[in-house]
Amino acid sequence: MKRSGIQKAGERALISLPKGLKSVLAALLGIALTMFGLLVVTFLIGRVMPIDPVLAIVGKRASNEIYEAARISLGFDQPLYVQFWVYFKQVLSGDFGQSLLTSNAVTDDILRVFPATLELASVATLLGVFIGVPIGVYAAAYKESIFDQCVRVFGLFGYSMPIFWVGLIGLLVFYGTLGWVGGPGRLDIFYEDIIPQITGMILIDSLLAGDFEIFKNAVSHIILPATILGYYSIAYISRMTRSFMLEQLSQEYITTARVKGMSEQSVIWRHAFRNVLIPLVTVIALSYANLLEGSVLTETIFAWPGLGQYITTSLLSADMNAVLGGTFVVGTLFVGLNIFSDFLYKVVDPRAR
Amino acid sequence: MAETNVKNLRKWLETDTPQSRTQAKLSQLFTSWLDLKSNKLAMIGFSVIFALIVTALFAPILAPHDPYAQDLAKRLQPPLTEGYFLGSDELGRDILSRLIYGASTTLYIVFLVTISAPIMGLLVGTAAGYIGGWTDAILMRLTDIFLAFPKLILALAFVAALGAGIENAVLAIALTAWPPYARLARAETITIRNSDFIAAIKLQGASPLRIITGHIWPLCISSLIVRVTLDMAGIILTAAGLGFLGLGAQPPLAEWGAMISSGRKFILDYWWVSTMPGLAIFIVSLGFNLLGDGLRDVLDPRRQKL
Repeated sequence: MKRSGIQKAGERALISLPKGLKSVLAALLGIALTMFGLLVVTFLIGRVMPIDPVLAIVGKRASNEIYEAARISLGFDQPLYVQFWVYFKQVLSGDFGQSLLTSNAVTDDILRVFPATLELASVATLLGVFIGVPIGVYAAAYKESIFDQCVRVFGLFGYSMPIFWVGLIGLLVFYGTLGWVGGPGRLDIFYEDIIPQITGMILIDSLLAGDFEIFKNAVSHIILPATILGYYSIAYISRMTRSFMLEQLSQEYITTARVKGMSEQSVIWRHAFRNVLIPLVTVIALSYANLLEGSVLTETIFAWPGLGQYITTSLLSADMNAVLGGTFVVGTLFVGLNIFSDFLYKVVDPRAR
Repeated sequence: MAETNVKNLRKWLETDTPQSRTQAKLSQLFTSWLDLKSNKLAMIGFSVIFALIVTALFAPILAPHDPYAQDLAKRLQPPLTEGYFLGSDELGRDILSRLIYGASTTLYIVFLVTISAPIMGLLVGTAAGYIGGWTDAILMRLTDIFLAFPKLILALAFVAALGAGIENAVLAIALTAWPPYARLARAETITIRNSDFIAAIKLQGASPLRIITGHIWPLCISSLIVRVTLDMAGIILTAAGLGFLGLGAQPPLAEWGAMISSGRKFILDYWWVSTMPGLAIFIVSLGFNLLGDGLRDVLDPRRQKL
């Protein structure tokens, strides 16, 4: 398993320290550098925008004096590196500025919409794990069988379909025609704002409040978008599981186990699968990170009020503080999950230490 | 006469003792092609791509209608209506004709991204891998930062910064797509760098630039091609996603993603407006995925028949 470049670069920078401390410091340095880079990129994207942020605030009819005053008060008269320094300090204290669209602090907005995305991505990942792993294992165990071929085609289809289109067709068939699932949004409109918000995830909040009717309604709404997002994670997880399993099944200890007369099922699950678990964790973390991204289009289709939709609507109304804040948060989560999976890998697998 | 010519050509291509460099190269290409031809799925993919190219080239001849001609009296006609094989959209434009013209938009995007991103990755990766030291550290750090961003969101942010439009969408996709190529090229370079033949060329006095462009690049190309083919489906999907969000090709230009988006409003009553362009995207992406899978088996020496 390859290590992330983040750590390698960090390791190069440190030369002589005790080993354990060195690797921790190297990892931290790598993370810090990557986060800093993320911030620089988002900042620069914001500055090359053709839209004048001052004009967006003062309006077209403002006099030159008002425009100048606003420009100075926003700090746009300063050189770029000073502006960056101000932005950097702001972000360090958890402040992404104010959203033009909602006129809330971007941080508050993100905290408000994030649970919806987390809920969707989590349900999708659960589907990916509980369906993708078993079919990957069996595809490897019965390599080149019809089942294996079907899994392969199923995966290829997943990689080839535009997710927003699958979402639309899903809505058309399961909501419009069959009426099996709830439509767009997280709840039917008359159920909204009834239960107290604790985690922001309706599935959990409704259970905490003991309101099963709302829980059922929330399930009927989340099932379609989560299945569609989950499809992609099933395709990815099953393919990776299959290739990890194939690698294990060709090892000699498997032959030994078979010669000993173990049943095929226990060879698969108790011997081979156990050794696949570790790399699998990495794959699952990566697919979770990818779902956060995939949710941008899915959320748009299903009117799911999450981070992805927040970023796209802000984008279309040129609300740059919100876009940059959102982009930075998603980037951070992405990096975080990558590092987490690397870390987990090291903890569980003694060879990787 | 013609038959013997073909036979001779084949013999010339299949020879074990090539007389010239060109012959050796061509015969290698020919064997790869034979390998690819024996892979059924890859050939299906190849035919899809071939059909796409033909459609794009001959769009004006193939399309039954003008893709921009509006006919409000005939709006939202269902598929198989007289004159509208796949139906018409909300402005009465023929969906089939728009799909046919959309093929060239898709190819245009894919072509531009696939020549820009891998080349950028190749430049960065080989420079980092060959020069090493601080150059490597800085270039790879930059690569990691771009890799850390989720692709679509970075592309969205870029398009927002540059303004919506097809060229900017291409630029945004290319800017998000180069890091994996840089990683790949760097890894290849590092393995090649220390080989004996490079040492020999160095002793002959070749400059680093000459070594990189003349000896390292050609060896990186085949793995890059495989990776690009595998990525093409992803590029098409990202481009369609941008078009769907209204950030890619602008109306009235026929682009499949934007077509799905325009049919979205009445998907429940007039399903075909969104479904047809989605099917087109699906078929083309599947074609690229199948071809990429096949090419990987043929071109990747590590995966060759053991």
